Amino acid sequence: METASNFLNIKDVSTAFKINGQFYDAISHIDLQVQHDEILAIVGESGCGKSTLATTIMGLHDPSETKISGEIDFEGTNLLQLDDADYNQFRGAKIGMIFQDPLSALNPLKRIEDQISEVMDYHTKLTKEEKHDRVLQLLDEVGIVNPKRTARQFPHELSGGMRQRVIIAIAIACKPDLIIADEPTTALDVTIQAQILDVLRAIQKENHAGIILITHDLGVVAETADRVAVMYAGQIVEQGTAEQIFNTPEHPYTRSLLRSMPQRDNENDDLYVIDGNVPSLQKMPSTGDRFAPRIPWVPAEAHEANPTMHEVAPGHEVRCTCYKHFKFPDEKGSVTA
Amino acid sequence: MSLVEIKDLKVHYPIRTGFWNRITDSVRAVDGITFNIEAGETYGLVGESGSGKSTTGKSVVGLEKVTSGSILYKGVDITKKANRTKLDYNQDVQMIFQDSLSSLNPRKRIEDIIAEPLRNFEHLSKDEEKLRVLQLLDIVGLDADALYKYPHQFSGGQRQRIGVARAVATNPKLIIADEPVSALDLSVQAQVLNFMKKIQREFGISYLFISHDLGVVRHMCNNIAIMNRGRLVEIGTRDDIYNNPLHIYTKRLLAAIPETNVNQRMAHRASRLAVEKIYQEQQSKYYDENGEAFPLVQVSPTHSVALPETIAKQLASQEGEVQA
Ligand SMILES: Nc1ncnc2c1ncn2[C@@H]1O[C@H](COP(=O)(O)OP(=O)(O)O)[C@@H](O)[C@H]1O
Ligand SMILES: Nc1ncnc2c1ncn2[C@@H]1O[C@H](COP(=O)(O)OP(=O)(O)O)[C@@H](O)[C@H]1O
Ligand code: SF4
Ligand SMILES: [Mg+2]
Ligand SMILES: [Mg+2]
Repeated sequence: METASNFLNIKDVSTAFKINGQFYDAISHIDLQVQHDEILAIVGESGCGKSTLATTIMGLHDPSETKISGEIDFEGTNLLQLDDADYNQFRGAKIGMIFQDPLSALNPLKRIEDQISEVMDYHTKLTKEEKHDRVLQLLDEVGIVNPKRTARQFPHELSGGMRQRVIIAIAIACKPDLIIADEPTTALDVTIQAQILDVLRAIQKENHAGIILITHDLGVVAETADRVAVMYAGQIVEQGTAEQIFNTPEHPYTRSLLRSMPQRDNENDDLYVIDGNVPSLQKMPSTGDRFAPRIPWVPAEAHEANPTMHEVAPGHEVRCTCYKHFKFPDEKGSVTA
Repeated sequence: MSLVEIKDLKVHYPIRTGFWNRITDSVRAVDGITFNIEAGETYGLVGESGSGKSTTGKSVVGLEKVTSGSILYKGVDITKKANRTKLDYNQDVQMIFQDSLSSLNPRKRIEDIIAEPLRNFEHLSKDEEKLRVLQLLDIVGLDADALYKYPHQFSGGQRQRIGVARAVATNPKLIIADEPVSALDLSVQAQVLNFMKKIQREFGISYLFISHDLGVVRHMCNNIAIMNRGRLVEIGTRDDIYNNPLHIYTKRLLAAIPETNVNQRMAHRASRLAVEKIYQEQQSKYYDENGEAFPLVQVSPTHSVALPETIAKQLASQEGEVQA
């Protein structure tokens, strides 16, 4: 998967948090590539380490409380080697970030125009007029109907959907190559969500950016992503194109997630429930497969001790080989313990 | 007679301004809605945020002062406090909230949280009470060691199940569930929804299920009302709403549900944009001159839509042809 167009290359990255004086991995040995012109979705239940991966790429961790290893190669620079001052050259300019809660990301006391031009002050040398024009252009690009009016408004005067558009405008102000969007539509109505996702897609086309879209919502993934990485308990367990993941999911976790989604044809049935919970960092199993406890009917000897990624089709990788015989209890030929 | 009959319900909040704090205007959060909930069914109330769903739910449990209209429970108007007392209404009707952490007292142990409604309505001995709480925990799939823990010691899904256990403690006839799974992960959501269906099967409970998630509503609800700025724009069976939507607002909500079949996402997106275009351009056809929804007219025994009669009938017959 290492091709010339991979401008972000995450190699063997682990991030551990200090809890009661000891370090515990929140993400372990992540390998992931992002190309220009693609939306890569990262999906998994909450607590699987999605946000930790995002903040690790952004360099937002306090070095005394975290231990980060591996390499994040961004256009030839290893981000993990940068000091804070150098990181600031990348954040905002070459890497834009969109968080779930737009209100907390905006300054309540500043007009929208000032908040957008601020990023440009930092990273570009535009005149006042040029900046003003660019602000209006950006607001228009993210689908704000009356850019002139919105530019003069304060965050509390805007609806949740409009605020998220402003956040996107800030994130793309310097035409970053990479945009990381962490649950960008989770707090929004479906109608607004659809519009925001359209905006993200349009921007990605226009700027040839690569987007990492983090979400726990499989519907959002199915509708938006080009490629998908499924994360469980700090590890990537499966990755492939959206078609591969939704049409031929292989890993038991991917298949379990898809099964628990309300579908048109299961209106009257019980939904599938994944047994147990995502383990907390202190309780993360150090050997064996992390998902094994949640498919208790699979006998112990059927699990691999240390499952690794296998390519099942070009670009489609699955952790462990057990997917070949994995069945749900109600599927034909299932092994029950 | 239906279990609950809501008739022309209005809840307006006064807007006070100026030095004298005079009422200058009002927010018409709920502006004349009418629908019935049958015993043992799950009735879905759907709409974008701000459309008045929570206000409706709170009115039905008696937490909201109603401006006008009536809510009949077993034929008695419970908007009057005296009637609620007479009927033991607060025992029969319970509520589950979206945010279970803020609705559970953080300083109380789970045992006391679940027992509280029991203490208000039933006079059980200590042992009987504990047995009952354990039964309730079992119904929602939590272990006995939960008894002595506090809300913050549970995950979001577990807390939501505690909310369900508490709501069913008094054997209610009706539960208002306001976005009960909106904050939860898929698998946990599945668990809570399964529990809700299970206790419905076992105890014949009715739900007023409030949600903005049309995927979840399709899974849960037999009958559905679509709410838009304080009014209902369409009511019908699950089949009417999902397979034969007539109001543009309903169509727009349906079109916004993400398509989970990746092979159809381009087609789905095109049809969503087409619906959005109609919604933007044909406001005057679907809303009156003040931009408000028309009164509902019936187009079939189960299906009503807020449109002028001629347009409603015409749309219904067109859709009928498409279906045939
Ligand atoms: N600063 C931190 N200190 C300690 N543990 C943390 C910290 N941030 C996240 N965690 C833990 O790391 C795990 C992954 O969290 P997170 O990356 O937020 O997951 P997600 O975004 O997938 O929900 C969780 O168990 C979480 O509790
Ligand atoms: N206590 C209140 N005072 C004034 N306005 C309110 C109050 N509660 C709700 N509203 C307003 O009423 C409308 C409907 O709110 P709500 O019932 O919460 O909608 P929903 O649950 O559909 O999101 C909104 O415009 C909201 O701002
Ligand atoms: S080892 Fe294989 S079968 Fe066992 S949990 Fe992991 S992926 Fe599944
Ligand atoms: Mg997160
Ligand atoms: Mg609400």
